[in-house]
Amino acid sequence: MQTMIVILALTGLALIGYMTGRGRSLVLARGVTPLHSLPSYHGLYVAFWVGIPALLVLVLWLVIEPRIIEWIVLDGLPSGTVDGLAADRVGLLLNDIRNTASGNIASQKDNPVIEAAATQLNNLRAIGFVLMAVSCAIAGTGGLVLAQRRIAPGLRARNSVERTIHIILILSSMIAILTTVGIVLSLVFESWRFFTKVPIWDFLFGLDWSPQTALRADQVGSSGAFGAVPLIAGTMLITFIAMMVAAPVGLMSAIYMAEYADPRFRAVAKPMLEILAGIPTVVYGFFAALTVAPAIRGWGESIGLSVSSESALAAGVVMGIMIIPFVSSLSDDVINAVPQSLRDGSYALGATRSETITSVIIPAALPGIVGAVLLAVSRAIGETMIVVMAAGLAANLTINPLEAVTTVTVQIVTLLVGDQEFDSAKTLSAFALGLMLFVITLALNVIALYVVRKYREKYD
Amino acid sequence: MTDAATPTPVGPSPGASPIRRPVLSGPHLRRRYAAERRFRLYGLASIAVAGLMLLLLVGSIWQKGHSAFWQTYVEITVTFSEGVLNPDGGPVDHHELERADYLSLVRDALKEQFPEATGDRRLRRQLYGIVSTNADFALRRMVLDDPSLVGQRRPVWVKLSDDLDSLAKGHIRRDLPESDRRVSDIELGWYDVLDKAGRIESRFNVDLFTAGDSREPVEAGIYGALIGSILTMTITLLVSFPVGVMAAVYLEEFAPRNRLTDVIEVNINNLAAVPSIVFGLLGLAVFLNFFGLPRSAPLVGGLVLALMTLPTIIIASRSALKAVPPSIREAAFGLGASPLQVVTHHVLPLAMPGILTGTIIGMAQALGETAPLLMIGMVAFIVDIPQGFTDPATVLPVQIYLWADSPERAFVERTSAAILVLLGFLVLMNAVAVLLRKRFERRW
Repeated sequence: MQTMIVILALTGLALIGYMTGRGRSLVLARGVTPLHSLPSYHGLYVAFWVGIPALLVLVLWLVIEPRIIEWIVLDGLPSGTVDGLAADRVGLLLNDIRNTASGNIASQKDNPVIEAAATQLNNLRAIGFVLMAVSCAIAGTGGLVLAQRRIAPGLRARNSVERTIHIILILSSMIAILTTVGIVLSLVFESWRFFTKVPIWDFLFGLDWSPQTALRADQVGSSGAFGAVPLIAGTMLITFIAMMVAAPVGLMSAIYMAEYADPRFRAVAKPMLEILAGIPTVVYGFFAALTVAPAIRGWGESIGLSVSSESALAAGVVMGIMIIPFVSSLSDDVINAVPQSLRDGSYALGATRSETITSVIIPAALPGIVGAVLLAVSRAIGETMIVVMAAGLAANLTINPLEAVTTVTVQIVTLLVGDQEFDSAKTLSAFALGLMLFVITLALNVIALYVVRKYREKYD
Repeated sequence: MTDAATPTPVGPSPGASPIRRPVLSGPHLRRRYAAERRFRLYGLASIAVAGLMLLLLVGSIWQKGHSAFWQTYVEITVTFSEGVLNPDGGPVDHHELERADYLSLVRDALKEQFPEATGDRRLRRQLYGIVSTNADFALRRMVLDDPSLVGQRRPVWVKLSDDLDSLAKGHIRRDLPESDRRVSDIELGWYDVLDKAGRIESRFNVDLFTAGDSREPVEAGIYGALIGSILTMTITLLVSFPVGVMAAVYLEEFAPRNRLTDVIEVNINNLAAVPSIVFGLLGLAVFLNFFGLPRSAPLVGGLVLALMTLPTIIIASRSALKAVPPSIREAAFGLGASPLQVVTHHVLPLAMPGILTGTIIGMAQALGETAPLLMIGMVAFIVDIPQGFTDPATVLPVQIYLWADSPERAFVERTSAAILVLLGFLVLMNAVAVLLRKRFERRW
């Protein structure tokens, strides 16, 4: 909240800068020489000089300050408190101090050392805030004064302003790269730490997944096995079921919409599919867990099958329904892209519509359809909420769709939700699973793109 | 497309022998036509399946959830006795009123209503259970608002317990044997007595929209989650809209065709296909662990969702910018505008409806997103209404997930109601997007 106040104050200052810059240029313009740039550019020039340096100071401060404060607090603890403690213990200690400082519950209550440190932390934070506000104000007013001095009729304010905006535009488009780099770095870094604890081959080819690691040496039954094969198998099973629903239904809907439906029918059916696509996945998950799964269980039991209440079938079918619009809208595009002349040629040879579709249009659109299906598979693999709510938790290596299986995404969620012990193999394994998920979906997307590019027929 | 499917007869070709005429009747053609009809039917059936599923989904949720918008109340006659509220006599003390034992008032009123149940301890406990466990808070609020109530006797409407509420709404079947239903025969009898006396009433459930989360289904509301969603969406919009539009403007209007631009474009397309949970892992590793931002905060959730919606907004904005005809740019250049002036004065305003449509669709996606928020700790049980961007909060979809996980039967109703509210918001946002497109989209 305090940072918000500073930001608001800076915005006000920048606004003042704009007004004064604009006003000053107008005053100067009334003299002899005409202005090089419009008055508003002079205003923006000053506003940038106020805002950008101050904002940089603010960001740097926010990144650096907590570290310095932490260091001072740890340094200020009575000698011997921190010595000989492992890194994670120091982290716990700091956490206690932070919690005491903000008045929350801390595990070491009424410890005078912690209390003192917490008071010191609060004092340091207060001082830090004042210093931050002052330094931001200095940077802002400094920029204001400097820019005001520079304003002159001949100042090429527009060029400077446009150059600055150009740089800001480039930076915004770089955010996409930064995000990807952030994803790759964080996943690879944490996975690498995981692989120092668990060998990579055990992870990739192990048949056993039970991530509960023992906290104490004498605990029972928690050896901690990190074999990802059952998870991948479960993911593949559910994805397969989903595609068995989504691929035929989606493709046939797309064909009907593109080749048979009259505009009035399309005007109803297309929004309907879009609604299906817009429903949040958590709603599908609820539907799967409370409506579809009990129904399937009921049917199965009525014909004497034993069906798990978290069967892969329920999750898969609902996931398939979710993906139908995805497949159909992508296939719709590629089918519409097949030129009319091909259809006309086929009709002229006496083929019926369905014969035209199966032997002319689908072959022509095949790369696009394959691409669409691959993209749908990648989406099914990465889908989380449906499986979290409707699929099982325990790893189970099976291909029986009536049993409960677990998936990669379910495990990531269960490993990271709730209390985490930091740096344990259990927590880190979630990042390894995330890396695997990222690589698989990325590979599928690249392959899909490649298939579409390589095999696309060009008709123009 | 025309009705060109019927094969047209071919005339006898001169000079060729033997003449092959097309078969216009007979089993072969019938078979082909049957196949045609079948194929067409498959297509229609597929769309019907999709439509049916949509109906089933919305129908089942409506059927489960619409009753949560109503809450059953029961009228009990409460004696606000001096002995409980103001035991040591004298002037009524506000502080004392806050700590008084309102539960006993509720219990006395119930015992007075059904004196036959007071003897047996087990029976008495059952009797106390017919009103909501938080009924005493309602009394407390009443007395604190109006201390002159002390010593008076008033009929008060309090909430029924969640089981009896379900019974009143018809979710519990009376014809089941007693051991199979959650309401015992005695409770059923009490309910019927109260119902006959006109002391049971169904009212609009205001608390659903004004209360925070609670372990008690009857008391739980979505207000906290709603505020959390609004805070999170604010951050998402503030980050992703300007950054997305600026990135799109750069890529579409200024970027030179070089390697770096290609890399950026490939990146954006790939990011659009990255599973949302991976963005959650990014948020956990970078925002929480590296930058040390607070857990469970709308600030972090908003940032993660902003990164996730960025590709959607960039792609939509680019196509909106692309749709502005070059003649506009050329005219502006011809009048001496600088490249940036061309964009900000002419191209961007013309592309704005398209950009806004894409942004709204992206925001609707973000509003329904759950998985990445689980990663950054927005799943905690939070009773307080979040006051700012760094307070612990949860959002509507996560609240749905949490309630769906609760074992209490009455939470199913609440979950479905929360889903209906969420779907209502999504429909509203998409309707605005469609309207915007219809109203302002120009074709050149």
